[in-house]
Amino acid sequence: MNPNDYLILSAILFAIGLAGVLVRRNALIVFMSIELMLNAANLVLVSSAYQHGDLGGQVATFFVMVVAAAEVVVGLAIVITIFRSRHTGSVDEAKLLSR
Amino acid sequence: MIAMAIGVQVTFWIVAPCCVLLGLGMVLLRRMVHSALCLAGLMIGLGILYASLDAPFLFVAQMIVYTGSIMMVFVFAMMLIGIDNAEQMKDAIKGHLVLAIIAAVGVAALLIAAIGHAFVGDPAGLDSVNSASGGNAQSLAVLLFSHYVLAFEATAALVITAALGAMVLAHRERLGRKRTQTEHAAEQMRAYATAGVHPGPRPGPGVYARHNSVDYPALLPDGTVAPTSVSATLDERGQSVLDPQQLARPVIEAHNEIVGAHAEVSGQAVIPVQPLIAPEPIERSAPALPAPPAADELGEQAFEEPAPRTSEGDEQ
Repeated sequence: MNPNDYLILSAILFAIGLAGVLVRRNALIVFMSIELMLNAANLVLVSSAYQHGDLGGQVATFFVMVVAAAEVVVGLAIVITIFRSRHTGSVDEAKLLSR
Repeated sequence: MIAMAIGVQVTFWIVAPCCVLLGLGMVLLRRMVHSALCLAGLMIGLGILYASLDAPFLFVAQMIVYTGSIMMVFVFAMMLIGIDNAEQMKDAIKGHLVLAIIAAVGVAALLIAAIGHAFVGDPAGLDSVNSASGGNAQSLAVLLFSHYVLAFEATAALVITAALGAMVLAHRERLGRKRTQTEHAAEQMRAYATAGVHPGPRPGPGVYARHNSVDYPALLPDGTVAPTSVSATLDERGQSVLDPQQLARPVIEAHNEIVGAHAEVSGQAVIPVQPLIAPEPIERSAPALPAPPAADELGEQAFEEPAPRTSEGDEQ
């Protein structure tokens, strides 16, 4: 089999996540797209661990998972705080600094 | 070895298209919960790929951490924010959508061109590395607690900080004094006096419920729908029944059957049939209501849907 297929799959998933970040306005969906991009990067790490016979990639994936969990917790807390004060879940509405 | 490689390949070609489709679904579907479900499915698919790539520990971690906890946290946040919080897709920047799609496609092309051929030669596989310490999880543990122990401790600090930060951010201080019941009642009466807002409780749904009573609104005395009796969320989703004729139809049909049977019997046994409700007082106030088809057999007594019980119209 061609191990490069994993790289192409993760590139496609990363681009889908990027499109989600750029196109969608809902803060939660933007967050989910960021998670998708992290997962795409994880797939590269795991497949390169398999390719090179080295567990370092899997350890890196493990750390990415931990950091992603922490990031999601803090990020969703911020989203909920913004929703409480502005009653919106849209990323376009939080623009106090632009004036 | 050959069979295993074929297994890995088959897994990839089954899972990869599903992953891409689910990813597209996540970006394209309009409802947040559908997007979350798509992402959860995609993460399960990636976990299966991890399992096929000799990473059983990461497979389980992916299931537990991503699909289990992260997606559930997302769904909880959706519950707090409200699913009916509609997203407007009006462009803030002109041509934003087109530019974003061009950027995403460009990044995909660049990534594929840059790293799409980075792996050269056959995969080495992890059999020897995994079996060195007795298994994948054991080998990972040896690495984590020796070579990467500093990073591991740092993530521990990070997780604790994140938990504290989330608690601080989500904590809400009460800024004003809590309103007492007296003040609340006074405000309600003031709203009634100035704006005419009804001070009492809102009407309950389900007057003509047939299956799920919550989406069937109550009817006002004039036969129209009481809009406040149905949840606004159901209204927004288009799931509430807002046609009084449709509401009354099963009742009218059932009534006509009964009346027809009564008429048959009364043709032989001369039992006078009493109407449920006399038509006159309701006819005046409810012009939109349907005329009962089988009512002619009763002579001048016609059936109207049993909207509010008007006792003065009950002349028997």
